[in-house]
Amino acid sequence: MDDCDEIVREFLVESHENLDRLDRELVELEKQPSNREILASIFRTIHTIKGTSGFLSFSKLEAVTHVGESLLAHLRDGHLSLNPERTTALLALVDAVRQMLAAIQGTGQDGDADHSELVADLTRLQQASLASAPEGDGAAVGRADTKPAQSQQGAPPLPEAVSGPPEEKKKRKKKKTEADAQAASGARQECEAKPEKGAEAQAEVVTADKTGAEERVRERASAEQSPAEHAASASEAKPEDAHPHEAMRESIRVDVGLLDKLMNLVGELVLARNQILQFTRTTEETNLVTTGQRLNLISTELQEGVMKTRMQPIGSVWSRLPRTVRDVALSCGKRVRIEMEGQETELDKTLIEAIKDPMTHLVRNAVDHGIERAEQRQAAGKGPEGLLKLRAYHEGGQVNIEISDDGAGLDLKKVVEKALQKGLIGTDQAARLSDREAANLIFLPGLSTAEKVTNVSGRGVGMDVVKTNIERIGGTVDVQSIAGKGTTVKVKIPLTLAIVPALIVTAAGQRFAIPQVSLLELVGLEREEARKQVELIRGAPVYRLRGSLLPLVRLHEVLKIGEGGGASAGGKCERVNIVVLQADGQRFGLLVDEISDTEEIVVKPLGKHLKDTSVFAGATIMGDGKVALILDVLGLAQHARVAHEGRDHPAAEAESRQACEESCASGRQALLLFQYGAGGRMAIDLAAVARLEEFSPNSLEIAGDQETVQYRGQIMPLVRVPAALDTRHEPAPAQEGFLQVVVVHASQGRNVGLVVDRILDIVDESYRLDRQTARHGVLGSAVIQRRITDVVDVASLIAAAQPALCPGASVS
Amino acid sequence: MAASQQFCTFMLHEEFFGVPVQQVQEVIRYQEMTRVPLGSEMVSGLINLRGQIVTAIDLRRCLGMPARGARQLPMNVVVRTGDGPVSLLVDDIGDVIEVDEDALEAPPETLHGPTRVMVRSVYKLPGQLLLELDIARAIAVAEAAKESPLSRA
Repeated sequence: MDDCDEIVREFLVESHENLDRLDRELVELEKQPSNREILASIFRTIHTIKGTSGFLSFSKLEAVTHVGESLLAHLRDGHLSLNPERTTALLALVDAVRQMLAAIQGTGQDGDADHSELVADLTRLQQASLASAPEGDGAAVGRADTKPAQSQQGAPPLPEAVSGPPEEKKKRKKKKTEADAQAASGARQECEAKPEKGAEAQAEVVTADKTGAEERVRERASAEQSPAEHAASASEAKPEDAHPHEAMRESIRVDVGLLDKLMNLVGELVLARNQILQFTRTTEETNLVTTGQRLNLISTELQEGVMKTRMQPIGSVWSRLPRTVRDVALSCGKRVRIEMEGQETELDKTLIEAIKDPMTHLVRNAVDHGIERAEQRQAAGKGPEGLLKLRAYHEGGQVNIEISDDGAGLDLKKVVEKALQKGLIGTDQAARLSDREAANLIFLPGLSTAEKVTNVSGRGVGMDVVKTNIERIGGTVDVQSIAGKGTTVKVKIPLTLAIVPALIVTAAGQRFAIPQVSLLELVGLEREEARKQVELIRGAPVYRLRGSLLPLVRLHEVLKIGEGGGASAGGKCERVNIVVLQADGQRFGLLVDEISDTEEIVVKPLGKHLKDTSVFAGATIMGDGKVALILDVLGLAQHARVAHEGRDHPAAEAESRQACEESCASGRQALLLFQYGAGGRMAIDLAAVARLEEFSPNSLEIAGDQETVQYRGQIMPLVRVPAALDTRHEPAPAQEGFLQVVVVHASQGRNVGLVVDRILDIVDESYRLDRQTARHGVLGSAVIQRRITDVVDVASLIAAAQPALCPGASVS
Repeated sequence: MAASQQFCTFMLHEEFFGVPVQQVQEVIRYQEMTRVPLGSEMVSGLINLRGQIVTAIDLRRCLGMPARGARQLPMNVVVRTGDGPVSLLVDDIGDVIEVDEDALEAPPETLHGPTRVMVRSVYKLPGQLLLELDIARAIAVAEAAKESPLSRA
């Protein structure tokens, strides 16, 4: 029985793969109905399923595939041409087969579903043929033309012209194999079935233009075992297939469970290596040190290698989309063409799974809502056929996926109206929204596309779910829309989830890892500053981060663990560390005792016994062999009830910027004053300042044409403020030879040092900003301490000097 | 001849417990643990078992016994479960002993509280009684227990 199960299982795995391909090929075929190669491939697939199901005595499956095959035979022979109706019927056949396969998987039987309608449909469609072509089974074997179409079932091979096209030779070969199979015993049939599959798999690999790993690893092991395979491959080796057969032999099918295990082992190896490396730091033994370094290199390479084995091309998710697009387009009476670019872009298997649904949803949405009907398109001066473009590419350790349509674009006015109506944003915010922010409102929960619910997209899976799903895997999603031109949804996801960079923090003596994806910035306050700047609203601490209130959460309190050090109210500690986090659009600051380094951590799931604790995403083993918990930022925020609803939308940034500018314009603000040239005075918003440092001129190094220093293990670029501002200025006399540097945060956890001539003072003052003197890098001037002072625009200063570090809105 | 079974035995608050030896993966010395805030109070923490993260369950707490003294470091009895290994924290480890099924008896009616749930049977050994711990139930109890407001204040 086990053998039999094994065969059934193999059949299932393979058929599922084949069906996915069928979907794609049928849609493709509809576009180029004369493409015989595609037709032949479809025919082969259905035929294989039929043959095997007959052998495994799934009679229903066999019956259904049989009619489908007959129809395909007519098509292939040119008696019939493919029309949408026939395509639809064939796709329905694929669905029916899929359904039956699912039943087989579940129950071992091919299910009770009634497919007689489909069968009748398929039969009717072949009746409509010009010449009423005979049914497949043994009838009319001896057709006069050279095409062996009708003779699949037990008919002897026809005497054909040997000089037929290679395509036909292949078929003949196949047919022969099959005829043998029919004649032989069951066991023999099973053996024959394999080479056929093998041949097919190969044909797939070599003809279809995809390079996917999934495709590459298909169907090797079993095919190679069978002697008949060689015959089959030989027959495939025709000149027009100048495809490298080595491609076939280079890949093998590997159990996913084994890969997962390997990944785990590598994770452990990485941990062991970390421990050894830590050990080598304290030893004098040079042999050990060099061996440790080699171990380091090897395990890093191994880690990369194993990660690669888990990579799958995104094409494997996309392969179903043409079918989806076709169905949706047909049901809304639109014409849509789908273009895909970068199918070979690879990402981790688990992520592939995770983006399946969001991708489908986004594509459906684009076809249903994005692309207009043909009439409307023509009225707008576009071609009647809409274009849906999928694009995937790697960028900076992330995978970017773009789904763009050339439709009407989002009706931003309507979106904003809707958001206002639902009370998701306030009127004042609405007025301030940029187009991009307005477009991103569609991801808000509650803002459904209710005004245009259709049977296609009104399925309850809103865009907010898409966003949540993508954020769950550490990704981001963004939408841009140009009225009349179309909409582009941009999804960014990490390559893998197994090993992630994380910030290590300490609270109440215990270490925790915070995945870097949710990390916005770190704020360190000296004790005195903290006393002033951390304010309480009815006991709830808040911090003014560049003008907007940031709710603070004490990690040790949320987790109910011991007394925190500096984070606790008493504040024995010198510093207060705020980790600014973002989760689901909410920003909040986490007060921790200590911030250590960022590390690559291996994520391990928590046991079932701890699954309920939503605050943790997992655990990891640190370099010293101890276990540290990984915080789930979203869960933590929910647990701590960071009530921040008013702000949890994309307008938050704009609002905070606005608020900041307003406070710049009138309110009290802490400013760092410095001097430039002989008497000029400038001010920087203190909130943008991370630290003040002094560097010896000797520590200056040049990287590129940029002055840099080494700072906290990073290379920090320096910007000479007066020079960058193009100010006429004579350098002030050097201050005891030391450079005074104001360290400010740039994006991606980087710092930039602003070199100033002399730091004067920190003041907390209200002033009126006069924007008349505004120029590049300067917001304007104000009277501060009774002297005219230029207020520096830090963001544009960094942007000018270091475009790569341009922080967008993260520094105001 | 009645069948016999091997037990891995251990002490918990002066009482003699055992689990079938087939279920035991290994016994290890005290390991440093990472506590899991907000988790079940019967879960003492997580240990690093050769790169694998294993949950450690404090049997004393499960059984409602007084907490161990600060100096008294528990031992880990790592058992296999359907969801991977779990470590049971015990006071002291005993021998592996072989007992006859003959000596088995259901726990007496007078047993109550958590012990009643978690003791599967009692083996009458010369001079002492061996309580067979129901591992699955012990774990279920630990899972179910939420941190009470009083604990670890």
